[in-house]
Amino acid sequence: MASVTLKNVSKAFGAYDVIRSINLEIEDGEFMVFVGPSGCGKSTLLRLIAGLVPVSEGDVFIGGEQVTDVPASKRGLAFVFQSYALYPHMNVSRNISFALETARLGKDEIRRRVTKVAEMLKISHLLDRRPRQLSGGQRQRVAIGRALVGEPEVFLFDEPLSNLDADLRMEMRFEIVKLHGDVKTTMIYVTHDQTEAMTLADRIVILNQGRIEQVGRPRELYDRPANRFVAGFLGSPRMNFAPLDRAASSAGVLRGVGGFYHAAELAGAENPTEIGLRPEALKLVSAETKGAICGTFERMEDLGYEYVCYVRLSETLVWTVRSTGRPPAFTEGQPVGLGWQPESLYLFGEDGRRIDHDSAVQLASGASL
Amino acid sequence: MSAAERMQRQQNRTAWLFLLPLIIALVGVAIWPLTRSIFFSFTDAFLDAPANYGFVGIDNFITVAEDPVFWRAVKNTLFFTVISVGLETLLGLAIALLLHRAFVGRGIVRAAILVPWAMPMVVSTRIWEWMLNDQFGLINKLFVTLGLVEKGIAWTAEPTLILYTVIFIDVWVTTPFMVLLILAGLQLIPEEIYEAAEVSGVPHWKRFWSITLPLATPAIGVAMLFRTLDALRMFDLSYVLAANNENTMTMSIYARDQLISFQDLGLGSAASTWVFMIIGLIAIAIVGVLRLDRATG
Ligand SMILES: Nc1ncnc2c1ncn2[C@@H]1O[C@H](COP(=O)(O)OP(=O)(O)OP(=O)(O)O)[C@@H](O)[C@H]1O
Ligand SMILES: [Mg+2]
Repeated sequence: MASVTLKNVSKAFGAYDVIRSINLEIEDGEFMVFVGPSGCGKSTLLRLIAGLVPVSEGDVFIGGEQVTDVPASKRGLAFVFQSYALYPHMNVSRNISFALETARLGKDEIRRRVTKVAEMLKISHLLDRRPRQLSGGQRQRVAIGRALVGEPEVFLFDEPLSNLDADLRMEMRFEIVKLHGDVKTTMIYVTHDQTEAMTLADRIVILNQGRIEQVGRPRELYDRPANRFVAGFLGSPRMNFAPLDRAASSAGVLRGVGGFYHAAELAGAENPTEIGLRPEALKLVSAETKGAICGTFERMEDLGYEYVCYVRLSETLVWTVRSTGRPPAFTEGQPVGLGWQPESLYLFGEDGRRIDHDSAVQLASGASL
Repeated sequence: MSAAERMQRQQNRTAWLFLLPLIIALVGVAIWPLTRSIFFSFTDAFLDAPANYGFVGIDNFITVAEDPVFWRAVKNTLFFTVISVGLETLLGLAIALLLHRAFVGRGIVRAAILVPWAMPMVVSTRIWEWMLNDQFGLINKLFVTLGLVEKGIAWTAEPTLILYTVIFIDVWVTTPFMVLLILAGLQLIPEEIYEAAEVSGVPHWKRFWSITLPLATPAIGVAMLFRTLDALRMFDLSYVLAANNENTMTMSIYARDQLISFQDLGLGSAASTWVFMIIGLIAIAIVGVLRLDRATG
């Protein structure tokens, strides 16, 4: 088990900067998840830690030791790939034990470890099979077993579940949580699935274009996003945004689309330019309701356990409302109001950073207890 | 008959229909001449009057089998095949492994390496014959200048050397073919398998031995099969270099001598049939080995 520290790590492929000066500390035993949009450099960052690609600049530390120039094979890590990357010509048992063959372990010790790992992952009955005779979920278990058996300092996962169907993904997610609880080894996990990020992580790193947008515990990122990018990235459907009407706003009074009106006591001197409200913080009310944001009802998606309504606020702006219970009976084109509470309102400044305001601060500090 | 069976039958018929042109061509250029050749090997026909023949049973086969020159040719051919295919495989694998790594100018090297293979064998042989000439040859000149030898070596005339010269030229010409086939096999192995092994601490030699080799074995096997069958019926290289010199005579040259030089259609056909049977047996053996390998690997 070991901590992982990145100091000013950058990576460029030719003239193209993929990772830009990243500083990050991952604690011993922590479950860290990297999320971000496709192409933001998650896999590259993981491969830099593994030593599969050399850093262009900066230093990597594992367990406090500088490993920047240590080859991948000497870093004592384990990598689980999205494609599983099992050895196709070896059976499951040999796939798991292969790396131990040169690790100066006795035959009995190898067999003991393989048996233990196989039992832990419930693949004991598959040990004689070839990878092509396994289902996707079974292959992924073998890949995890192969990682486990070497008793690595750190586990690295690159989207290990994205080739599985939804049910299996949920099951494996649960198993990985359990695994982490059992072995308590540091795990770094790349995904683009925010459900995985929220449910697995001790802490989440949100990456965007090779930079860290925010690092924090899942709840913290959800309640107190540092900026508009993080606010929009976590949550499904994503947060609703709308620009403020600068001309109509004045000190302490904010006005915007759909008759939005809020008298805000702002913490800083900065002026907000945009508001954000999560779909689950909105309630459909009648158009005449006082304080509601006005729009026209567009359509509804009823998923049974919840429903999502689309409400048009202006020509270019459609907001979503998510709620459970009995779906309301609005018809297309009907004027409708969106009720909201001041404590669930997010304000963003010119540069996209979130601006604290009185009611919001209260919610966040209350929620993070 | 169920619908599924009808469909199956229809598909079979279509498949045969598509194969028909190939089958006709095969019968015309392979099966028919082969049958004729086997037929003539039981006769005493001569090339100037092939219509004039009588059956002699297996006399021709016995004559060939009792001819020490034939066995000399068989020995030469087998020796040539084993050594040259062996060398080509080792060299081919080594060069393919080098070319498989990314480096600047790899595309050019890949194209350049094909040049020997693209040249007709007769041309290559003549080039090497001149380069290896004991008086005017470049190679001997180089050796003499470097002080390695006193006077030029007669690579293509010395009876003990000439077969090795044949092997050398063949290796030079056909290694590129091996390289390409093995390289194609190497490129089918996913990169992530190596990365997985690397991260889990498997050393280089072990990655080569336990991952690259087994996964490239089918490609290497097919390449060896092609080359072996090619080498067993080798004719041009030996013939251009030494005509019917007994030291380099191959099975094909022996058969050709009986047929063309001695005009003995019956004996020549029997010799050809022997060659056909020997190559056929070896081919079956190799394919069997490859199949077995695939079942376990
Ligand atoms: N070997 C390489 N050479 C050049 N560019 C590369 C290389 N590997 C990755 N990139 C580029 O770096 C960027 C980040 O790639 P990376 O694979 O890290 O993204 P990612 O966040 O893992 O995306 P995804 O979620 O789609 O897997 C991409 O724009 C990609 O094109
Ligand atoms: Mg990726």
